[in-house]
Amino acid sequence: MSDRNRELFALVPASLLLVGGFAAVFIQDSATLSSVSLSYGAVFLGLCLAGHVVVRVTVPHADPYLFPIVAVLASVGLVVIYRIDADLARAQAQWFVVALIFFAATLIFLRDYRKLERYRYTIAAASLALLLLPRVPGLGQQANGAFLGVRLPGGIVFQPTEFAKIGIVIFLASYLRDTRQVLVQGARRVAGITIPKLKHLGPLLLIWGAAMLMLIFIRDLGSSLMFFGGFLAVLYVATDRLSFPLIGFLMFSLGAWFLATHVGHVHDRVDAWLNPFDPVLYDRPGGSYQLAQSLFAQSDGGVLGKGLGASILTLPGGGNLVPAPQTDLIYSVITDELGLTGACGVILCYLLFVARGFKIATIARDSFSTLLAVGLTSVLALQVFVIVGGVTRVIPLTGVTLPFISYGGSSLVANFVLAALLLLISDRARRPA
Amino acid sequence: MNRPITGLFAMFVILFAVLVGFTSRWTVFESKSLRDNPLNRRVLLEELEINRGEIKAQDGTVLAHSVKAAGKTWKREYPTGALFAQTVGWSYPGQGITDTGTELYRRDVLLGRSNSISSTIGRIQGHKKQGGSVKTWLDTEAQKVALRSLAGRAGSVVAMDPRTGAVRVMASVPDFAPSPANLARAAKSSGSPLLNRVTQARYPPGSTFKVVTAVAAIDSGQYTPTSTVDGKSPQVFSGVPLNNDDKVSYDNVDLTTALTFSINTAWANVASDLGRVTMAKYMSRFGFDSKPQLDYPPRQMTASGARVKGSIVPPTDDRVDLARLSIGQDKLLVTPIQMMEVAAAVANHGVLMQPRIGDQIINTDGQSSRVLPEEQGRVMRPSTALAVTEMMKKVVQEGTGTAAALSGIEVAGKTGTAQIDPLQNLTQPWFIAFAPADNPTIAIAVTVERSFGGFGGTIAAPIARDVMEVLLRNSPGRRIP
Repeated sequence: MSDRNRELFALVPASLLLVGGFAAVFIQDSATLSSVSLSYGAVFLGLCLAGHVVVRVTVPHADPYLFPIVAVLASVGLVVIYRIDADLARAQAQWFVVALIFFAATLIFLRDYRKLERYRYTIAAASLALLLLPRVPGLGQQANGAFLGVRLPGGIVFQPTEFAKIGIVIFLASYLRDTRQVLVQGARRVAGITIPKLKHLGPLLLIWGAAMLMLIFIRDLGSSLMFFGGFLAVLYVATDRLSFPLIGFLMFSLGAWFLATHVGHVHDRVDAWLNPFDPVLYDRPGGSYQLAQSLFAQSDGGVLGKGLGASILTLPGGGNLVPAPQTDLIYSVITDELGLTGACGVILCYLLFVARGFKIATIARDSFSTLLAVGLTSVLALQVFVIVGGVTRVIPLTGVTLPFISYGGSSLVANFVLAALLLLISDRARRPA
Repeated sequence: MNRPITGLFAMFVILFAVLVGFTSRWTVFESKSLRDNPLNRRVLLEELEINRGEIKAQDGTVLAHSVKAAGKTWKREYPTGALFAQTVGWSYPGQGITDTGTELYRRDVLLGRSNSISSTIGRIQGHKKQGGSVKTWLDTEAQKVALRSLAGRAGSVVAMDPRTGAVRVMASVPDFAPSPANLARAAKSSGSPLLNRVTQARYPPGSTFKVVTAVAAIDSGQYTPTSTVDGKSPQVFSGVPLNNDDKVSYDNVDLTTALTFSINTAWANVASDLGRVTMAKYMSRFGFDSKPQLDYPPRQMTASGARVKGSIVPPTDDRVDLARLSIGQDKLLVTPIQMMEVAAAVANHGVLMQPRIGDQIINTDGQSSRVLPEEQGRVMRPSTALAVTEMMKKVVQEGTGTAAALSGIEVAGKTGTAQIDPLQNLTQPWFIAFAPADNPTIAIAVTVERSFGGFGGTIAAPIARDVMEVLLRNSPGRRIP
């Protein structure tokens, strides 16, 4: 079977997952099974097929698994968002269409993605500008102390970080492709540790400084970890020196520790992480209520979960028991309703995505492509780790979206563009010479 | 560049494994402790979404049921209002009020948390929002009569079938109609309406306790109803003179007469002769010194017995004045249900049945099961029970309890009038009884708090008579399985 047909058939189970999921929510809500779930499934399958046709035409040699994995994650997201709020699901479905358009546009207009290298400083500057946008007075929006959103006319909240992460990875891949040799060659070895020359170290320190500034400006530990982690991953692959990312991680930790002890809301997050069940922290605004509710929701799920639509999300008098169920805490809702089993399934999908991403990186024929694939994959994997780790109390909880699943247009569009870039890289790598 | 990529992938595998590990921690390993966390309201919210089952009286009257409330939740209502307030109890988890009474004791059934296999399947299918129901032995008509007869006076009436332990009446005044607002008001009320006086009040039993002394005397073989004792008044016990009522002096009096006219000094002599060990033995057989074995929340019951600084001490303790204990004075404090059990043990040929409010449990699947009668224990030989019955009959025929007499049905009983405050002439009138005397189907205890100069025979006995009359009509001697 050809790669493209394999991809085509793999889309069917993704659509069936959506049909089954919607059917389960219908049954729970009204105790009746309507054929609407089937038509939803058909529409979803239709949209996926459209995406598939674009892939077939533009990148015929691309990795066949990536797009179906994305479709599975998106269908899980649509079902769970529908279970939380039908109106939100409708909006999310519209965003899904928009995301597919961006996906197709990326595949069509960026067929030679390597020309992006030419604009790397423009891209870097634009990305930094995007990151700082939420701090612009009258434009930015603060949520839980962090500056992550921009309010656009028409009430749409735009999350620039989602797009900035792609731009910054493009810049890093391009920049490190050029400098990776000098970083290693001019370096001295002290006690077995490679220390690059100061003039080469400069730009690295600059990036570290930028990450720290970002931490201070957008005040978000999670997205900073995501950006800086992505940088270290690309740096490590570019230089093959473990000491680089280790030193970088140490520096980041120092910076993070300083912020955790000196910036109020970061400190609160760390406090909440350490003592989620402290009654004082629990009741404090921006305290541990969210994390505690996340853990309570997961504990209710058990191994098999309560079933779609059967968990407790709202209070009898109205209002949410679980805060931000469609964005930050969507993983907890999934665990509550689908149990440990369902949660592991979701994690496994992400792991498959990551495996494909790295596979693409290894077969890429030029270092820019390799580094770009590594960067994009790492940033996405780190984003998953930051939010799932946050709601499962591995690390302090900070609000980033769960890629392809969480509600939100920016996230969905940006991650589909990310997937499209990976497909472009893999198409070039697998194209017969 | 492939080597670092492999390393990177390995790192992400480990990071994702950590995520799975932590998810397992919350969903499996620490799931229970998270559910029990006081900040976790999910257990409560789940409970609010369950249509808690009904509690019914023996005649099918609904005493408690749930009605739709906000969202998917239910709330409790008590259609009979104040009638069975403390007995049925209340359940308002949404208001942060803890369950009480039968609502608490039968909580698992009412919430549908039984362990049968079919319910487990139901849980998997997700149909777990309906609880089971409980049918009680309670008699609405007799309960109404009991409350009407108490006529607002603080006190209680409790009655059961001595053959099975089926509790037919359990009335406690002051009462109130359970609702969150009334509960808040009642909690502040000086009359303690939340208290179930039948199981929680501690009163001096007065002369009703002489039945216990009489059983000990005859069952021990040391006395017969015709044995004579010294009933002169006053006589010195524990260094303090003890008087009979109105200081009437009896020379040599037999035990039947001593009970009929409630002669204090005669019974004080009997108990002194029997000794602490024998009295302790019989008291414990009747259930004194421990909580009633009623299907009711333990924290809403209290033990009867001699109390020193609030704690129960057995009659073998030197601090107990045995002579005065034997006539229901000194440190003795009892619950009305305990005194009803004294009458019931005599009525049921010496065997005390465990009192039972519940009759039938109907679980979510519609399967019903009976709450089976159980013996609490044999208190006395049948011959003793027969002899004491004859003595108690005399009390109603010609002694202090004539006001309890029913036309055509023989009643056996014993009055009591504990002195609460002799200066203000405040008393605690009591009456315990059973009927029909030769084939008893009802045992009862009635008491009224702080009566102004009232006697057991004048205040409590008429209430007992009215309630027994209804109960005898409603349960015409039928044997219950």
